[in-house]
Amino acid sequence: MKRDTLVWTLLMVVGAAALFGRAVFTTDGMGREYVEAVPVGADGQQIQFQASTYGAFLAAQAADPNQTDIQFSLPRSIGLWIAALFTLAILSFLYGDNPFYRIAEAIVVGVSAAYWMAVGFWTVIVPNLLAKIAPGMIQGWAMPGLTGPEADQNLWYVVPMILGVMLLWRLAPTGAWISRWPLAFIIGTTAGLRMIAFLHGDFLAQIRNSIVPLVVLTQEGFDLSASLTNLIAVVGVLCCLAYFFFSFEHKGMVGHAAQAGIWILMITFGAAFGYTVMGRIALVAIRLEFLLDDWLWLIDPIGRRVA
Amino acid sequence: MADFVLNQWWLLAAMILSLVPLVLQFTRDGVMPTLETLDRRWIFLIMFWAVLVPIYYIGVTGETFPETPSALAEATFEEIERLEEGDRLLLAFDFDPASEGELGPMATAFVKHAAEKRLRLYFMALWPIGPQMIADAINEIILVDYPDMVYGEDYVNLGFKSGNEGVIKVIVTNLRELYTTDARGTAIGDIPMMEGIENIQQMDLVVNISAGYPGTKEWVQYAVTPYPDRIRLVGGATGVQAPLLYPYIPEQLPGLLGAIKGAAEYESLVNAAYGGDDTDPKYLEALRRMGPQLVAHLLIIGLIIAANVIFFLNRRRVARS
Amino acid sequence: MKRSVPLLITAVGGFALIVAYFIPYTEALGETVAVWFDILAAIAFILGGGNLLKQHLKKISDRGPGWGYSGVVIGSFLITLFIGLSKVGVPPLAEFPDFAWSGDFIGIGTPFWFIYQYAFVPLTATMFAMLAFYIASAAFRAFRAKNLEAILLLGTAFIILLGRTFAGVALTNWIDPTGPFAGLRIENLTVYIMSVFNTVGNRAIMIGIALGIVAVSLKVLLGVDRSYLGKE
Repeated sequence: MKRDTLVWTLLMVVGAAALFGRAVFTTDGMGREYVEAVPVGADGQQIQFQASTYGAFLAAQAADPNQTDIQFSLPRSIGLWIAALFTLAILSFLYGDNPFYRIAEAIVVGVSAAYWMAVGFWTVIVPNLLAKIAPGMIQGWAMPGLTGPEADQNLWYVVPMILGVMLLWRLAPTGAWISRWPLAFIIGTTAGLRMIAFLHGDFLAQIRNSIVPLVVLTQEGFDLSASLTNLIAVVGVLCCLAYFFFSFEHKGMVGHAAQAGIWILMITFGAAFGYTVMGRIALVAIRLEFLLDDWLWLIDPIGRRVA
Repeated sequence: MADFVLNQWWLLAAMILSLVPLVLQFTRDGVMPTLETLDRRWIFLIMFWAVLVPIYYIGVTGETFPETPSALAEATFEEIERLEEGDRLLLAFDFDPASEGELGPMATAFVKHAAEKRLRLYFMALWPIGPQMIADAINEIILVDYPDMVYGEDYVNLGFKSGNEGVIKVIVTNLRELYTTDARGTAIGDIPMMEGIENIQQMDLVVNISAGYPGTKEWVQYAVTPYPDRIRLVGGATGVQAPLLYPYIPEQLPGLLGAIKGAAEYESLVNAAYGGDDTDPKYLEALRRMGPQLVAHLLIIGLIIAANVIFFLNRRRVARS
Repeated sequence: MKRSVPLLITAVGGFALIVAYFIPYTEALGETVAVWFDILAAIAFILGGGNLLKQHLKKISDRGPGWGYSGVVIGSFLITLFIGLSKVGVPPLAEFPDFAWSGDFIGIGTPFWFIYQYAFVPLTATMFAMLAFYIASAAFRAFRAKNLEAILLLGTAFIILLGRTFAGVALTNWIDPTGPFAGLRIENLTVYIMSVFNTVGNRAIMIGIALGIVAVSLKVLLGVDRSYLGKE
């Protein structure tokens, strides 16, 4: 047996045995979801199942053993186990490429693309395009709450609809030039939006933010610390810009300034690295919390399983 | 600590057992040769334990580290604190589950703070998954702990619109052109708290929680910069984004929470002001997450030092030979 | 026609937004263009989905390597899309019980919500969580204090890593927080590095990027850069 196969087999057998033991032989078990039936609507005819906890279930059972308001949810429990297995499937890539990871990866791609499409359709195409062109029809179909001036027809919206159809023409095997029109619109508006925003918000504003007094005077007199900080801020920006400036050879004064600019940029990148590490750890922490808390019930930091 | 070791011995045993082959390799081949040829999967495993054990420890004991808020977290807190009851707060949730580990606690703390201040909350999103983040905040905080808040009067979910910065560009002058209804399909004109709102310049403060593009940078560029006297913005950003936003502070961005540490600082400020002596543990999420941060940061430092020791010892050996 | 009209559309779309910035009377024109842009962004989601479907169907028909996984992509795509677009299992809004399609498509407990909660969340969140492991590996393999620049980078990273946790506070707790050396406490050093050196470095980068974007935007709007139109 190959070493990898042995490791995989061992991990699976030990993992399955541990899960079986945890689920069957411990008092509370693990990996179960509970829901609370809540009546909604004006007459309370509809029932909505909202997330509840094992702790709330225990408390409700203690008060009334026959209660059905809070109950075990099989579909959500299955979902929880699937979510845990998906998490493990992705993490398994850390050991090496394998079919479980590949399947999970394929599902991410498919689900994400479809999710975005559905969101785009129901939150933008229906209310912002179709409801503008044919408000009556959309009101009678999916948006009965659309009333008042918001329900006024605006036929100018036919233009983005035509551009949208032309954009989708890109999927057709012939007539690729048709999609260039909407693409040109997207590129043009992006350029128009960004040109001003970057010029105003970044270029001009950052120059303005750099114009600070080099000698800071307060009511107590000369403030050495603030003056030094401002000096670093102004000279530092100039030095970094000198490094980015390639029209002159980096020699003499320009060379010294560029060298100082590199040092400041290195400190900047070091800070960015530190912050990036911090961010990534938090992302892995939430997944391990999910496995330990929601699925395995090994920890209960917010008391969801306390009656 | 001793109690934890005694009661949770199996976890420590599992950790030690998993690392036995590495220890055997060290003893068999020596420290230097092992480190020089170290399989990266050992580093993955050590990182796994470095994050998991503190989570488990804090999950069992409930102990967290004390937080001293930085000036930036205090500035963010003060921006909301200075608002009066009934003031309008726009909460733009531009993140998704992939960054929830960092930004989820910020969102929770912002919503709790705003709800305690009895502000009117306007939720919106520029990320397609943002509405789910908004739904989580409403379902887990407002509906549970502030049931007296009424939808449409105290808070409204405007939902997602596509177009990234294009959306900001429109709503700074004309909110109703894009947001004809809320996320539930109710016409904007029928929502009491939307009465008289034509654009987001009428908001008393904008809070943006962002994981990238579009996010705080775009809110600064397209909302704050053109209307510096009318739109005020504070942000919460991921560790990757936060350093890039510092040049906007304080002129264009008076407050910023960076990564989980920023969340923990802000969380501690909100809890100190509104949590009382018995704060619900769901409002301590970021503080709990600082435990694994500490150990993992030390591990990263240790790894860099170890790698450099190997590098310099090797270089000296080569120079001698 | 195939190239000149797109060039004209690019210029008109872009300059309409620029003009609206300077002349208040044309603000409505800028809004209209931006709204059309926002709608096209939603249609681009459909284009993205369609492209994905096309690529993976081709991979299956070619029987390329890993074509079975393309089947999984298409299967998960179509199932999610069908459930999302047709609002499967979504009850109508309580205030409009007669309108079957009026319900919230991402409402809690709906099949679409199940896909989000139990597939989308664990998969995407864990994908990003993996980066923590790779960054640890990179820290061990890539960072070498070979010269002053590298030492500055590593030194800053150490201070930030320590200063953003309780370790920083504990290590320099002996320095009086109100004394003249309070700035040397690691947590204060972290704040200083971020608010001064990091701000300065990023400000210079920001100015450089802004100039680059302005230049590229102008080239596009004036028709100098036509690469986005592809070949003839």
